[in-house]
Parts: sequence; structure tokens; C-alpha cells
Amino acid sequence: MNKEQLRGDVRVVESTKGLRFVDPRELWRWRELFVALMVRDISVRYKQTAIGVAWVVIQPLATVVIFSFLLGRIGNVPTAGLPYPLFAFAAMVPWQVFSRAMLVGNVSLAGNRALITKAYFPRILLPAAAVFTGVVDFAFTFAILLGMMWWFGFVPGWRILLTPVLLLLTLLTSLGVALWFSALNALYRDVQVVLPFLTQVWLFLTPVLYPASVIPERWRALYAMNPMVTVTESFRWAMLGGAAVPEPLMLVISAVTMLATLLSGVAYFRYIERQMADRI
Amino acid sequence: MSEFAIRAEGLWKGFRRSDKARDIGLKDALAQAASAPFRAMSRLGSGQSPFRRSAREKLWALSDVCFEIAQGEVVGLIGRNGAGKSTLLKVLSRIVEPTAGRALLRGRVGSLLEVGTGFHPELTGRENVYLNGTILGMGRREIQRKFDEIVGFAEMEQFIDMPVKQYSSGMYMRLAFAVAAHVEPEILFVDEALAVGDSNFQRKCIARMAEVGREGRTVVFVSHSMAAITRLCPRAILLDRGRVVADGSVAEVTTAYLRSDLGAVAHRLWPDAATAPGDHVVRLRSVGVIRHDGAFDATADIRRPVVLEMTYDVLQPGYAPIPNFHLYNEEGICVFVTADTDPEWRRRPKPVGRYVSRVTIVGDFLSEGTLVVDAAIRTIDPVAVHAHKREAVAFQVVDGIDGDSIRGDYGGALPGVVRPRLLWRTKLQEELPATAAPR
Repeated sequence: MNKEQLRGDVRVVESTKGLRFVDPRELWRWRELFVALMVRDISVRYKQTAIGVAWVVIQPLATVVIFSFLLGRIGNVPTAGLPYPLFAFAAMVPWQVFSRAMLVGNVSLAGNRALITKAYFPRILLPAAAVFTGVVDFAFTFAILLGMMWWFGFVPGWRILLTPVLLLLTLLTSLGVALWFSALNALYRDVQVVLPFLTQVWLFLTPVLYPASVIPERWRALYAMNPMVTVTESFRWAMLGGAAVPEPLMLVISAVTMLATLLSGVAYFRYIERQMADRI
Repeated sequence: MSEFAIRAEGLWKGFRRSDKARDIGLKDALAQAASAPFRAMSRLGSGQSPFRRSAREKLWALSDVCFEIAQGEVVGLIGRNGAGKSTLLKVLSRIVEPTAGRALLRGRVGSLLEVGTGFHPELTGRENVYLNGTILGMGRREIQRKFDEIVGFAEMEQFIDMPVKQYSSGMYMRLAFAVAAHVEPEILFVDEALAVGDSNFQRKCIARMAEVGREGRTVVFVSHSMAAITRLCPRAILLDRGRVVADGSVAEVTTAYLRSDLGAVAHRLWPDAATAPGDHVVRLRSVGVIRHDGAFDATADIRRPVVLEMTYDVLQPGYAPIPNFHLYNEEGICVFVTADTDPEWRRRPKPVGRYVSRVTIVGDFLSEGTLVVDAAIRTIDPVAVHAHKREAVAFQVVDGIDGDSIRGDYGGALPGVVRPRLLWRTKLQEELPATAAPR
């Protein structure tokens, strides 16, 4: 007897084999949990401390202020005529979403052990909800960016309409990375230790505090394999205009690595999912 | 028989010994992966298959579990700790995957393996009701519809907007159970962990479970409480070391459970004097539960007397050993302690020899459920415990629903450590004129 022969509403519980991606129908059935988990993550974060909100803003601001003094003062960062704080902060907005997502996505499984071992639902909702709460952080930092633009006398052009698309790209890139790390961290807790270091290195490999144009031409293709390269550059370009337009080749390379990360992330996550409740 | 709701077709579930994240770091995992080819080669060298893991690396939590449960059946799942009950529920609820075999489930599944799964201390009661309800598979609109009912059931109206971290543990449990009680799947898996809390609350939980069963839903209920199982479930399945060892009417299966050495025994012997419980003064040789008709039996009718018997050897003259029994109920409450007060041996040293002491517990006295008996022997002069065998024997007190036991015609849960037959007399004191009271 195989599944097809079984009538209507019978569910088969058995061990699964091979590669599997997400089951869209199953995800759709659990959409309300996705929302509920996001609401939980957001309200817990902002309830616990009044600093919750401030923290989201202070962290990128502090980084930008420090680098403004370090690099902006020295004055040889080619910002295409943009004031350095604005130049850096514009890219900091998507970067913040990404780095935050790595952090919370990473612990989204290990921190929900009770849920995973006591209830059934598609596990992928946990890192996904954790990553997508970045939208709220984004709203705060984005508001600060608009304030800074007003201060420096910048009027956003039509390209500001691209920001939702860029935000989505940021979130999907983050999700791909978070899926890998959450699954690894569920099995091997020491992944958590590597993460702060990795985030820092990743920041320096991303044109946040400097423009991508400082990277020598022959290294650009390799450089663009970091999907955050084009995300941050495009975001800066969309908000401030004056910055360099991202190169098409780099766009393509970034898009490919982003998709590869996301798909492999889903596949690896689903592979680990089978043993998650046993091993977490 | 109607259509099946659950059918398990040879379920297996194995764990590797090192399957816990805390036991293994990334470094170890990488080292293992790197050395795998070499280990495979060495296995090849010793004539073993290079690919197959040796069987002893696996612990089988479930082995070849088969059963079928019809729609609307309420089934109790029993077995001692580690028998695989919880694993089976987890496999059926899709929390973990079986290693082999499969199960078929017809209908929406709800699993209550823990009270308050996903409750977050920082969130308010209201927020937690929504979160927990969603985790248990309820839709937002469904929760909205039942919200007042849930809060009312928990008796939490005035605290619902307080963060859960400020709740007492009792309040927490009440709210959590209220949510769980309002999940309405076609198949419900319930772990006994749900029935924690004070006895009042436990009763409420069990009453609710009974209600769910009567509504025609399929329920699989895991419990250690024989009283709860016998009351709620007409059928039971007994698991031992991952296998189904008995499946049938609840009376048969619970008796099998108590009789076999899986759970408790009605009669225990220590044939070897050297290893029997005791010291150089006395040794316990046997302990038994004797039914009213004289046979050793782990099941006792609540209306009949039960005899506890202890055989022991006195090895040293000059001592006056006093045998005693300690009875504990399912909640671990000591129901009573009884010591030998036979006037023939009062304050009299017992000569070396073998003794049998029996005590009769009158009928219509013990409450229903499992009673675990500790057997001990002590002396007062000098004050010493010479033998103490914990959980020496156990028996099950069964309260039928014939109507002539103390519960009368009441079929629900009856609390109390004991259930004595007491004298009630009622007489008409004075006739009153019938009034047409407005109703």
C-alpha cells in the first residue's frame, strides 16, 4: 500500500529519506504560528528592557560615529562626495538587519528546546520568525537614516521605492545564513562561540564602512560572492543616489551566492530537522 | 469495528548513545568525520562490513510496535519509566521521526505532552494563551472565539493581562491547562505530565479528559496513575523496553502490568538468605499480598479485606523484632504505617526461627489506585531498623461501578487517601408544606 492508495485525510508518519525542501502547504497551514512567534520575539525584546529599542539604534550609530572619527577625519575614504557618517550609516541599516538576524537566528533553535521537543510544527518557522523580526529593527534604523538625511539636506529620489525589495533581499540572505547556523548550533553548541568573530570579519568584507570601489578590479568577482556586498551597496545607492551604481556582474554573482546559500540552508536545515528533537 | 484512527505498522526508534548535543562538540564531529574512512578501513580489516554501524551503538526506544486504534477509542498507554511511552507519543505526534516502520493517522492531531509549551514568562497571560494555542494547532480565530471560555475555565479573569512571570505556579498551571483543554483535535495525545499540580487541579484535568473521550474523539493517554487509566480508558496497551507486551481491556492489562516484574509484584521471595534484605539479626524471606480468597494477587476489590504477609528469619536470640508495613499511594503519600501488635509477642524476644506475620486491612477502607508497600523490621531496644525493603510489593485497589461500594452511583473521581465505610443515617425531621418556589 502506498500513500496514493490511502484515502483522503490519512497522514503517514515514517522516516524520510533524501533531500527535501519546504512543503509549501504545510508552511501555509502553520502561517499563524509564524506570526505568533514573530510577535513573541518582538514583544519579549521590547518588553524586557527599555533599552531594547535604544540598543537597536545605539549599536550602529556608535560604530558609525567611531569610524567617522577614524576614517572620516583622515579623509581618504572615497565616498563620492557624501558626508562620511551618512555614507556609512546608510549601509549600516541593512547590515544591522543581517548581523542581528545571524545572532538571533543562530540561537533560535537552541533557545527553543522545550518547543522543539514537546510540540510539532515545521521547525523552519523558528529561524524564519527570528530573522523576520529584523523588520522592526529596520524600521527604527531606517527612521534614524531619514533623520540624518534631513540633517544633511538629502532628499530621497524615486529609488527609495526599491528599499522594500532590498529589505527582502537582506532578509532572504540572512535567512540562508541563519538556517545554516541555527541547524549547526542545534547540534554543536560551540558554533555560538565563533559567531561574534565571524560577524566582525564579515562586516569588514562588506562595503559598509568603505565603498566597494576600493576593492581592486580583479578581486571584485570574488568579493561579490559575499551577497551582502551588493545588498549594502544597492541600499546606499537607492537612498543617497550619489553613491556608485552596483556593477551588473557583481549583482549576478551576489544573487547566485544568495540563492545558493538559501537553498542549501533549507536543504541542510531539513536534513537536520529529522534528528533535531533527538539531538538538541 | 469502525475505521482506524491510528495504525502503527512496525515502528522502530533507535537512538545513538552520543545523540546529545551536549556530549559532542563541532570539533569532535569534524574529527569523527575525518577519521571515518580510517575506522571503516579498520572494520574492513577485521572482516566487518565497513559501512554498517554495530548494532550495540543503538538503543532501541521502540522496537516493532504495532497496534490499531479505532476512531473514538480512548486508550491508556502504560509501562514503567523508559519503556518507550513518551517516545511513542512523540513519534505519533511527528516530533521525532521513527527509524523504521510507519504509522497512519486519520484526522487532525493534537499533542499535549507538556503543560504550557512555549509559555514565555515575559509575556502576559493573554499573549501566552494566543502563543500556546497556536503552538497546539489552534487558529487565531478559534482562540479568539474560545478566549473567554479558556480564561473562565482557568478562573484567571483579573490576571490575564499580567506577565506570566508574576503568576504563582498554580495560576500558571491553571491557565496552561485551560488552553490545552480547549484544543479540539480528532486525535488527542496526552502525557501524564499534564496532570500535575494540586489534587484539585488534577481532578479537573482528568474530568476534562473523560469529557473529551465521551465526545467521541480518539485519545491516547499516557499515565503512571492506574486509577486514572482504569477510570478513563476501556483499553490499555502495555509497553516494555519498546515493545508492546499486552494490549487489551484495561483490567487485563493493568493486572498484567502489576503482576509482571515490569511494575510491581504481589509476592516477592528471597530464596538466598545471604542476599535477602536484613542484617545479622533478621532477614526478610518473603512479602506478599493475599486476596480475600487466600491467593496472592495484585488486584484487590475495594470492598474486600486484603492481607499483607511477611516471612522472616530471626538469626540472633534476645531481640524482639517488630515487623511493619508502610503503604504509599500513587502520589507518594504515606497512607499509613502498621506494626505488629500481636499481644503474644509483645515485648518478648523471639527465639531463632522462621516467622510469618500477617495483617488484615479491612475492606471498604483503602482508596482505589495503586498501593506500594514497604516492608520493614525494627527493634525498639536497641532502637534499630534491621531490614527495610522499599517497594517490596504493590497492589491495585479496584473500585467497581456496581453501586454497592462507597462511591455509590457516583462514577467520577473520588479524592481522598482512604475511602472508609462510615455510618450514615438520615431521617425526616419535620414535614414542610410544599411551596411553589419560583425557578
